[in-house]
Order: sequence, then structure tokens, then C-alpha cells
Amino acid sequence: MDFSPTPEQEELRAQARAFLAGSLQPSWDELAELGWTGASVPEAEGGTGLGFLEEAVLFEELGRAITPTPFRSTVAVVLPALPPDLQGEVARGEASWTLATGPLVQDLDTATRIAYVGGDSIWELEGAEREILLTNDESRPLGVVTGGSAGRRLGSSKLLPLLRTRSLTSLALEACGVGARALELAVDHANERIQFGKAIGNYQAVSHPLATTLVELELGRSLAQFAAWCVAEGDDRAPVAAAAAKAHCADAAVAACERSIQTHGGIGFTWEHVLHRLYKRALGIQAWDTSGERLRAEIADHLLGGGL
Amino acid sequence: MDLHDTPSEAQFRGDLRSWLAGNRPGATDDDAPSPTEVLRDWSRRLYAAGYSGLTWPVEHGGGGKPYSYQAIFHEELARTEAPQHLGVIGLGMAGPTIIAHGTDAQKASRLAHVLSAAEIWCQGFSEPDAGSDLSAVRTSARLEGSHFVIDGQKVWSSYAHIADWCLLIARSDAASERQVGLTCLIVDMRSPGIEVRPLRQITGEAEFNEIFFSGVEVPVENVIGEIGEGWHVAMTTLLHERGTLGFALTASLEVVMRRLIELARDRGATAVQRDAIAREWIELEALRYTAYRSLSDLMKTGVPGPEGAILKLQWSEANQRVTKLALELLGSDAQLLAGNAPYGGYWQYQQLRSRGNTIEAGTSEILRSIIAERVLGLPRSR
Repeated sequence: MDFSPTPEQEELRAQARAFLAGSLQPSWDELAELGWTGASVPEAEGGTGLGFLEEAVLFEELGRAITPTPFRSTVAVVLPALPPDLQGEVARGEASWTLATGPLVQDLDTATRIAYVGGDSIWELEGAEREILLTNDESRPLGVVTGGSAGRRLGSSKLLPLLRTRSLTSLALEACGVGARALELAVDHANERIQFGKAIGNYQAVSHPLATTLVELELGRSLAQFAAWCVAEGDDRAPVAAAAAKAHCADAAVAACERSIQTHGGIGFTWEHVLHRLYKRALGIQAWDTSGERLRAEIADHLLGGGL
Repeated sequence: MDLHDTPSEAQFRGDLRSWLAGNRPGATDDDAPSPTEVLRDWSRRLYAAGYSGLTWPVEHGGGGKPYSYQAIFHEELARTEAPQHLGVIGLGMAGPTIIAHGTDAQKASRLAHVLSAAEIWCQGFSEPDAGSDLSAVRTSARLEGSHFVIDGQKVWSSYAHIADWCLLIARSDAASERQVGLTCLIVDMRSPGIEVRPLRQITGEAEFNEIFFSGVEVPVENVIGEIGEGWHVAMTTLLHERGTLGFALTASLEVVMRRLIELARDRGATAVQRDAIAREWIELEALRYTAYRSLSDLMKTGVPGPEGAILKLQWSEANQRVTKLALELLGSDAQLLAGNAPYGGYWQYQQLRSRGNTIEAGTSEILRSIIAERVLGLPRSR
């Protein structure tokens, strides 16, 4: 039993953090050159043959940096539905994907290709018109597609539960990254900001909410890591673990940002400060796909049987 | 990262599971805690089967196993709802403190009896005026020739009414203040001048005691560590209290959660209550995997980190919420006690008992300060 990251995963995290700190809007080509887009693609198809636990590190770091990229849509959601040759394209940075399952679609501004579900299959959508909508989280615009026609058949719609589990897990991991950064900013500020002759972190009215934030985020990290491990292992518990992780981590990230804004005082309320962008990403994660309340209803059904 | 048992861990789990099936004490009719003699016998059998002190060094009679075995032990105990070893203070706190700071003679004379439950330990730390601020200890230890004379009062001492030995912290330098001038001693609870008075608590039972010391003589060879270095020794004890407890706490919450789910199935739950149950189940899962992460770190560093505070804080507040949720599901029946109460009064007892969880073994306020200072790196607030 070992639930700590491998040295290689730690190394990947350090590399990712350093790269993303210096590259706020990396291109898809750059991510491909780093080997990220093909992390879990077999080496025969041009990938690096790693797995979901390595991708988990990247989801978290990309969340932390609020990087605008179709990485999550492509790698967490669509990739397992793609045939080998199309996976190879993703690994080489030639294509990125998003999945249109509802009226709103993520990453329509950046993903080069669109998948959708029709009947018992997942298809490529060709020739559709894309409209990008203004969104609260500028780093992840939403859009709508109209028209278009079925292109190549990509895979069976039986894959959808797996794609959903991967999507929820990646959102939970992103939330961990967002929340951790918001907390670090709060701690830095509480150590530096002097009022009444002391750093404000001396006051328990300031420090205790930050301790609570750490607890919530650490618990969330455990849930997200467990869900990621279940996905990587193909463990039966993955769907419930992913639902639990997304429900908890999104709320924890939003609360972390809110407490960080409060700790920062007026500066945290300004447009110049990065906090509002982290906050809006956290709110975006919370709102996307399936709400915490709905996920908990699913978990209650799992634990207790059907509703009243 | 691999959450599967290693082959030898799996072997240990399998053996333990079969052993528990044949040996765990029979479930009592009601959910009252098992009587001391039943627990003592149970503890002896745990010892005979090699399940006491799994992580203690082999030279001191332990199993010499990695911490993961202790975690498996707690998980399997919780699965069958078998009780803990009676000597929790000895196994988790006094024993590790003696191993870390004790003399060879102390190790030779006391440790085996801790494992076998032949000797039960209590802890003499808190005082009426030294609760969260342990450094305010005033119980005095006055050196007179070859022994210390102890005078003072300790409080909130679990097991003191059945204990053979007490791990005591007292002020050996009358002129000293705060953390200096304190000494740790092991005290024979049958010494003349010791009086134990049970404290009846919110649940009606008496788990805790006051201990009064008047002119109690303790041989100098019973000092643990150096005279005047008691604070350092006591911190070892508390580190073990918080550090290795995560799995036991998770295991106990797992039992409570299992019963909550049964209760909700029996009696039904509204949509809002179902949401709350799911929320608490998620929190339990989070606690479990945080304990795994903390265990993985412990196995690498060998020392429990300040993160143990996270587990205790989270468990205590979760246990309060879960037990209150159960009373809500019971409705008006929640007011009934004992024979008339559903489930033999289990929930009424658990809910009241849970109020102590955020006070004992470090209040939530103290734990948040520990997290703020030692994990986050914020300034000391005291």
C-alpha cells in the first residue's frame, strides 16, 4: 500500500509548474512537444505510454495556472473514444477535441475537432458552425454548435460512462490546483500584510479560516487522487469515486477562493489581482456538467437505493 | 502509487480476518460498551495472537511491522465491529514514549505488560488550570533523596479508575514557568496518597477521572527522559496520540456511517437528508484516503507529521454531524433512552459522546492553530 506520488510524478509536477509559470497561453504544439497530449497514448502511436495518474498531475497543474487550453476536453474526455490513428494525431499535436453532449460545449474556440453522440456511437461532427459565447471564466469559453453532419465513427457510446468518470475526475483535479493556489496567495498575504502592528496571519480570525481551507483542500486532494487511481486501474469504484471527488473539490475550491479574497481585503476584489480569475475558474468547475447536489443524489441512490 | 495490498499485507489481512471471525467477542444485546473484564480478556487474546503492538520493535515484544499493518488491523476491526485493545493509552502513547525516552529497566519491566493488557495505563497531563495550555501544569514533583514527592490534581484522565500506571507530567522545579522545569514520571496507581474520582459526563457514564495526588512518593528511577525535560517527552507522547490515530478514527466513523445508512434504509430519509448522508459519506471517504496519504508519508519519514491534526479535526466534526443527522432521522424517538429507544439508545449515546470529540486530544481551536502555524507557515498566534 503506497498512496504517495512516484518520484517521476513529482518530477513531472515540478516541470509542469515551471513551464506553465513562464508560458501563460501555451500552444497545442508546445503541449505536444512536452509529451503531454500523448501522455497516455501508446508509444506505437507516437505517445509516451504513461497513464492517467500522470495526466492527473497535468490536469491539476493546468488548473492551478488557469491555462486556456483544450487539454482537458481532449485528453480527459475524448481521447479514449478515439481510434489509434486519431490518438496518434493528438499525441503529435495535430488535433485537439471537444465533446458536444449538451447545448453548451467547452473549448469550442480552441479545439480543432468536435465529437458528438448519436445513437449507439460517438461520431466526429463535421461542418458545424461554432458560436463562442462570453463566459464568466475567460480562460475557458463555452460555445454552441449548429448544423454539421456525421463524419467518421469514433467509438461506441458504451464508452460514455467512462468518459464521464474521467471528466469528473479531471475537474476535481483542476479544482485542487485552483484551490491550492488561492490558499497559497492568502497565506502569503496574511504573512506580509501588517495591520495593528502585526502580520494579519497572527489573528486567529484570519488564520483559522485558512486552516479550515487547508483541511478541505487536503481532503479533496485525497478524493481526487483516489478517483484518478481508480480510473488508472479500471477499478469498479471509479464512477462513485469521481462523483464524490468532483462534488467535494469544486465546493472546496470555491470556498478557498472566497476565503482568499476575504483575506486579501480590497486588493482581492480588484480586476488586476489574479484571484478573480481563479475564483471564476472554480465557479466554472462547480457549474460544469453535473452539480454537486446532483452528484450527491447519485451517491445517495448508490448508498440507500432509489429515492422516496 | 498503489493502493493494493502487497502480497504479504494481503496474507496478513486474510489471516486476521479468519482469526477475527473465530475470536471476536460476541455482540452484546444492547450497544452498551463491553465490560472491562470482557475487554481485558479480548486484549489478552489479541496479544496471544500477535496483534498487540504490531508496529512496536520486535525487541520490545512488538510485531516490528510497517505502519500499513496497523492500518489493516484497524480496517478489519472496524469491518467486524470488534472492540479495541483495552490498553489504548499504553499502546498508543505511554508505550511509544517509554520506547523513545525510557531507560532499559523501564522498557524491560513495563512494555510487555502493556502489550498483554496485564497493566493498563492512564495519562496525567491535563489539570484544572492546564487544559489546552499544557505548559501551565502546576502539579509538583519535589525531589527528596531517592524519590519525588507528588502533590496536585490531574483531570480528564481516561482509564484512571482501572489503571495500574500513570504517565505523569509534573513541575519538578518550583521556580520554573511554562515549558521548562517539567518532568515526566511513571507512577504506580496503587501508591499511597492517590485518589481517583470518576467524572460523570454528559452521557451519564464516567469514562474520565480526576486524580488527586497528596504526598505520593515516586522513585527517581521512574523518571522518563531527563529531569526538567518533561515537555520534550510529553510532546513525543502527543505526537503519537495524533499521528497514529488516523486509521482508528476512520475505522470508528466507518462503523457509525454503516449504521447511519441502515437507519436511513429502515426509516426513510427526505431528499435533504439523503443529500446530507451523501455529503457525510464523501467526507468519510476523504478521511480514509487522507489517512492513507498520511500513512504513506509516515512510512517514508518514520515520524507522524503535523498533518495528523487534519485527521483528528475532520473526524471529530464529521462524527458530530453524522450522529446529529441520525437523531434527525429518528424524529421524536430521538428523545427516548435505553430500553425504549430505537437501536437500544445507540444514537442518543453516540451523539452526546461526540460533543467531547472536538475537545479531547486537542480542541479544534488548538488543532486549527497547529495547522495554521506548522503546515501553512502562518505566524504563531500565542
